[in-house]
This record gives sequence, structure tokens and C-alpha cells, in this order.
Amino acid sequence: MIKIDDYRAVAPPGTVDIILKLAERVQGRRFLHVSGGRFGGGAAEMLRTIVPILTDLGLDAGWEITGGDPGFYATGRALQQALEGTERLLTDEALDHYVEMNRVNAKKLHLAADLVLVHDVQPASLVVERPGEGHWVWRCHFDCSRAQRRAWSFFRPIARQYDGAVFSLPRFAHRLGIPLYVIHPSIDPLSDKNRELSSREIASILGTLGVPPGRPLLVQIGPFTRDRDPLGVVNAYRLVKKSHPVRLVLAGSAGDDRESLDVLADLREAARQDPDIVVLELPPDAHLQINALQRAATIVLQKSIREGFGLGAAEAMWKGKPVIAGFAGGLPQQITYDVTGYTVHSIEGAAFRIRHLLNNPELIARMGAAGREHVRRTFLTTRHLTEYLAMLIHLTG
Amino acid sequence: MTAPGDPRARIAREPFAFFGCVELRRVLDRTADDERELMDRLEEVPADSIFYHTHGYFLRQRPAGIAYGNDFARWVAVDVRDQVLAERLALVDPFEWRQVEDLREELVTIIHDHLARLGTVPRVEFGETFHFQQSHVIQVPLGVTARTLAEFRAGLAAVEASAIYFHMVEARARLGRATGDFGEWLRDSLGMAELAERIGRIDTYMTNLERVRARILSLVDEELEKP
Repeated sequence: MIKIDDYRAVAPPGTVDIILKLAERVQGRRFLHVSGGRFGGGAAEMLRTIVPILTDLGLDAGWEITGGDPGFYATGRALQQALEGTERLLTDEALDHYVEMNRVNAKKLHLAADLVLVHDVQPASLVVERPGEGHWVWRCHFDCSRAQRRAWSFFRPIARQYDGAVFSLPRFAHRLGIPLYVIHPSIDPLSDKNRELSSREIASILGTLGVPPGRPLLVQIGPFTRDRDPLGVVNAYRLVKKSHPVRLVLAGSAGDDRESLDVLADLREAARQDPDIVVLELPPDAHLQINALQRAATIVLQKSIREGFGLGAAEAMWKGKPVIAGFAGGLPQQITYDVTGYTVHSIEGAAFRIRHLLNNPELIARMGAAGREHVRRTFLTTRHLTEYLAMLIHLTG
Repeated sequence: MTAPGDPRARIAREPFAFFGCVELRRVLDRTADDERELMDRLEEVPADSIFYHTHGYFLRQRPAGIAYGNDFARWVAVDVRDQVLAERLALVDPFEWRQVEDLREELVTIIHDHLARLGTVPRVEFGETFHFQQSHVIQVPLGVTARTLAEFRAGLAAVEASAIYFHMVEARARLGRATGDFGEWLRDSLGMAELAERIGRIDTYMTNLERVRARILSLVDEELEKP
């Protein structure tokens, strides 16, 4: 199991010492996380790293998950999508069922703690049944600033029962009338997705994936959805290909909805016409494959039109790659324009910046190095732990 | 070898204790989409928010080569794309102002003067809204202490960068220790008034914490290496 001291080799000097000193002040305190599941990316991926380290630091750290029937999960998902701004149909019956199922969850789970951090929407209404003691904080990992009005009307009275809320960015927040904190998400530099790989490992994984060597590689990792604009990436690549012999890899997963299937079909057709376009459907646990692709990339793209925080940019920068990203979600926050990469507003903008970097290879190395240092200070697990401990100290004294 | 009475050999009765600090950030219910709103909100927000966006700017280290001096100048430059106001705001050195209220007045006056010369109010078109924030700073005793100049040098070289911010910025601007903790201890406990003064003169504005650390270390080294 990974220990806090293992991070000394990757975190900024002195950071682990600060974490140890902060942890000394909250020894034995119960810090409970509650989420809707243990698997997948986002909150669960971060908690898989953070909870064991909090335990290693001497806290009584826990992680509970809520469960329910298919209707509960479906309503939780639809409610979150509506809070993210997508128009969804939510019936009063379904919402009542969501609250009722969490009443049942509250009876089953051990929710007594000095600080309970409830992640996202699925478990959020547990707060209705909160015990008398302890501080409860809602951790929102998505942008709810443009929530659908009806969904927000339902959710706001629930969220206001928390002692505070944490958002990944100030502009992801919605007026709540309780203290709103800002904590960026993080990547784990020691996980399979981000740890160092030897060139032999990278070559072997790329061989297995069917990505031939020998050309500058443009890589975009992410779901095959219109929000992530993989078709826009293909069009940018085609503009670049007129002057540079590059290869494009689009790797990610497709949902079973109509939109994702249409996007995937279009990408497959593009790949059929051009052998230098490689489309890879990856399973959710393809961490090493993603790591190898990002490390093999010359330039990493994340040309999203709509995005959450978009930690893929931080992952790529950690691997020393310049990132060209859409002006969406948390991408402008991560990328320092002209220093660690570029944010762009169009296909032409993406193509222009790719060509600019390919024509000035010294910039690729310089931006890659700047990006790695920026991530080291700002987007690693260690910074995240520091801020969680600061919150625990601030709220519980 | 140091001569008897040489302050470099002196052992302080009160050791210097290094502190780091951690910020817990809070977003306020105040935003700006144009320069007039920025000015109006600047007049309303708590002093802690002005401090966060000016002095606190130096705690949140950025990649080398990016220097706007404070969050207001950065927003005007990057999101509003008004280089004239950005330049004027960037030159407001927060360390020149003893009171945050005076700093607030200076920022408001600059924006007011700028807007008075324009026919239209520059606003965000493609960038992001400005969100006012403030932070709760938690002091962290690092368990590193020094009784001699050599120990001070070793501690300074090893501590996390936030210790430089805490002792050079936070101590001076918010905790009322005018010359900063390093200078105060060197002068009062080791009798090194000249070194203290030289450290007190280090320009902490428009640089980063590691450069400030390197500058202090080089001054201490000069002192240690004197014949």
C-alpha cells in the first residue's frame, strides 16, 4: 500500500512535512467520506487514493457508499445531469423515492464523524437524516452554476442543510447561503495512470494497442461525446496533416446512448479512410494504457466544448506534455496560456497551435517542463490532502 | 573560525521557529463581468478579500514568466484584455501599503480614473467572470528551529515554500511585524542589524517565493563567508 512518505519523491520539497504536521493536530478524528460508488473515475478515483493516506496519517478515515434500487440510481443520475444544466424530466415520485432511499441508507450507514464529506448528488440527501453532532459538507465535483431551475428548487433546500459546500472552481458554485469553499481536484502521481513508465513499457503497451511508432503523435483521451469534440479534433488533425506527417490517437469510451454511438461511428469511418487515425475504445480500468498514450504523445489535446474540471489536462502536463485544450470547464484554470499550452476556441485555433508547436519543437520541451512543475505544485494528491486537512482543522478546531 | 563576540557564533536565547501556512479558500457572493463592476465590488468586499487577491497572490505560485502582480491585474489582462488598466493595476505593490484599506482605495482610484477616460466600460467577452474570494490561513509549526546563523540557513533552505510567504509577507502585512520575522530575529536575537536590514529590503513583489528564498540564502551565505 502506498504511504504518505512515498510522495516525498514527487511532491514539492517540504509538502509531506506540512501534511504530517497538519495531521498531528487532528489525530484520531473521524473524517468520513460518502459517495455513490467505489468504482470509476472522478470522486471515486480520488477517494481510492486519499482515504488510505488519511488512515496512514493517523486519522480515523472512512468511506461509505449509498445503495438502492435501479430507480434510485436513475433518479440520482438524472438529478445530477439536471444540476449540470441538461434538461431532464424529473417526477415528484422519483424525487421522493430518491430522498426515501437515502433515509434507508442513513439508517444502515455509520454516519457519526467529526467531519462528513458527502460527494456529489447520489448520497446528498443523507444530510436530511444527519446526526446532531459533527460537521457536514457537500463536495460538488461538477459545475452546477447553470442548474436547471426546477432541479435546483428541489436540491437547494437539501444542500442548505450542510454546514458548507466545496466546489472545484469558484465559477462552478451556485448561490446557497452557506460557506462555499474552493478546492481543486487532483491526480495521484503514483497511480497506474500517472506513475513513471519505462520507454520499453510504453513501446510494449502501444504495440498491444496497435499504435505504430515513427510519427509525431497527437493524442486525445476522453469519452466519445460531442462535449469532448473528438470530431473537431479529427478536423484539426486534417488541417495539420497538410503540412506535417502526424498520427492521431483518439482513445476513450463510448456510452450506449444514441449520441455516443453516432460519434463513435463517425470516428470509425474517419479511421477507415485514414490509417493515421487510430480510434481506441478502452475499458474504464485502462489506466496503464492511458498513461502510455499520454507519455508517447508529442502534444496532448483536450478540445472540449463542455467540460467538468477536466483533469486529463493535468495528467498530460504531469507527463511533460504541452496541452491544447478547449476553453471549457476547468481547462483554462489548469493551462497557463503560452506557458504550459494553449486554450483555443475553434478547430482552426487548435490546428494553428498544433502547427505552431510542431514547427517550434523547443517550445514542446519548454512547455512540457513548465506544465509538470505547475502540476507538481497545484494538482497533485498532496495539495488536495493539505486542503482537506486544513478544512478539518478549520471546521472542527 | 569566528572571533569571540562575532555575531556569527552567537547562540540565540530564543530560537527561531519556522512556520508554514495553508490556505482554505472561500468564494464570496461577489462577481464582476466588467471593469465598473470590479470597481464597485472592490469597494464592498471584506478587507480579507483584497488581501487574498493581492498579497495572497504570491502564495499561489505560478509557472515562471507569468507575473501580473495581483489577481485583479491578471483578470483585466487575460479575461477583459484591457492591457492599459492591467499595466496600471499590476504596478500596485501591495507591500507599499500598511493598511489594506489604503490599498483598496488605491485600486478603486486607479480603475475610476481609467474608466473616466473611456467612452465604454471594457467587459469580459470570451474570458471568465471575476469571482471574489478570501481565505482562512492556517499556521503550521514545522518543527524546524534555529539558534545560530548556520542553523537558520539550514532551516531556511529546507522548509516548504509557504514558510517564506508566512515569515516575509503574512507576518509583515497581516500580523503587524513590520520588518518580517527573519529580519526581526536576526536583529534582536543575533545582533545582526545590517543583515536584517538587507533582508528587509528584498523586493518580494513581482517575483516568486523560491527566488525570495534564494536571495535570503545568498545574503546569509555572504555573511557566513565573510573573513
